Amino acid sequence: MDGKIDVKEFLEFVYSFYKTMREHEVTLVYEGDVTHQITKAFTSLTEANMEAQMEDPSTQKKVFHVMVECLQNISKHAENMDQTDDSTNKDGVGIFILSKSEESYIVTTGNVLSKEKIPPIIEMIETINSLDKEGLKNLYKQRIKEGRISSKGGAGLGFIDIAKKTGSKLYYQFLSINDEYSFFVFSTLVSRIN
Amino acid sequence: MEVIKIVGTEDTPSVILDAQNDLFEISGRSLPEDVAAFYEPILDWLDRYAQSPNEKTVFNFKLVYFNTASSKLLLDILLKLEEIYEAGNDVLIRWHYPEDDEDMQEAGEEYSDIVEVPFEQVSYSI
Repeated sequence: MDGKIDVKEFLEFVYSFYKTMREHEVTLVYEGDVTHQITKAFTSLTEANMEAQMEDPSTQKKVFHVMVECLQNISKHAENMDQTDDSTNKDGVGIFILSKSEESYIVTTGNVLSKEKIPPIIEMIETINSLDKEGLKNLYKQRIKEGRISSKGGAGLGFIDIAKKTGSKLYYQFLSINDEYSFFVFSTLVSRIN
Repeated sequence: MEVIKIVGTEDTPSVILDAQNDLFEISGRSLPEDVAAFYEPILDWLDRYAQSPNEKTVFNFKLVYFNTASSKLLLDILLKLEEIYEAGNDVLIRWHYPEDDEDMQEAGEEYSDIVEVPFEQVSYSI
């Protein structure tokens, strides 16, 4: 391998990456293990940034809330395609992107998921997207009464709560990786205008 | 009964359970790494307290933030208090929320719809 050429290419990549981030106003991007420490660090960093920008307190709370739920989704549900790794208690791996526009903050996550898990997720998100505020409240109350904390420590309420708190639709896409796995992209908007 | 006193951190709430001095309060932020482990001693304490509760129990929730995993455990606490109430004891839940925090106010309303216990919403200014 010719080191010089690789370095040059890499430095050019850095510049194009920088431009893309600026273009989409990406304020935070991360790929890797999503641990509790990562969740704490990202949320407190974002809180400090929003505070400095004098973002509306209600927007700040909503962004914080959505970030916690989205990061915990990766941490608890993301799967690993590496079959040699059988440690089920490991924190999930994924990508996390926080970006913003004039009108809203956009919280986006991406992670690997086995295909068999897709149908119930689609059903859940479509149900949530079909409901109004009152409907979401009822679904939340019903689920919290029935629900148990899973072995992974989730209450199965994250998506409902995100939709309820933001008043925004949930955006998602599944991109096939191979016969067994897909890449799940999930995105939520938090309005900056209250 | 023994007293539970937990000092809050940035991701776990402050908890005071002191039957002798009539203090029952959970406050602050709740997004512990392991919710079940954090709330287990609190729920166990309430089980024991339910055996011989005070004549009147005023339980204060004064949370500024909790994640959905915590929300289920908070309901478990409320359900224990409901049991105590249904056994014929006087119980009052006081749900405190910052006056400008509609979400926290709404969370209190939703809990009060689910459990059958006298429930009081209290707004406060920060």
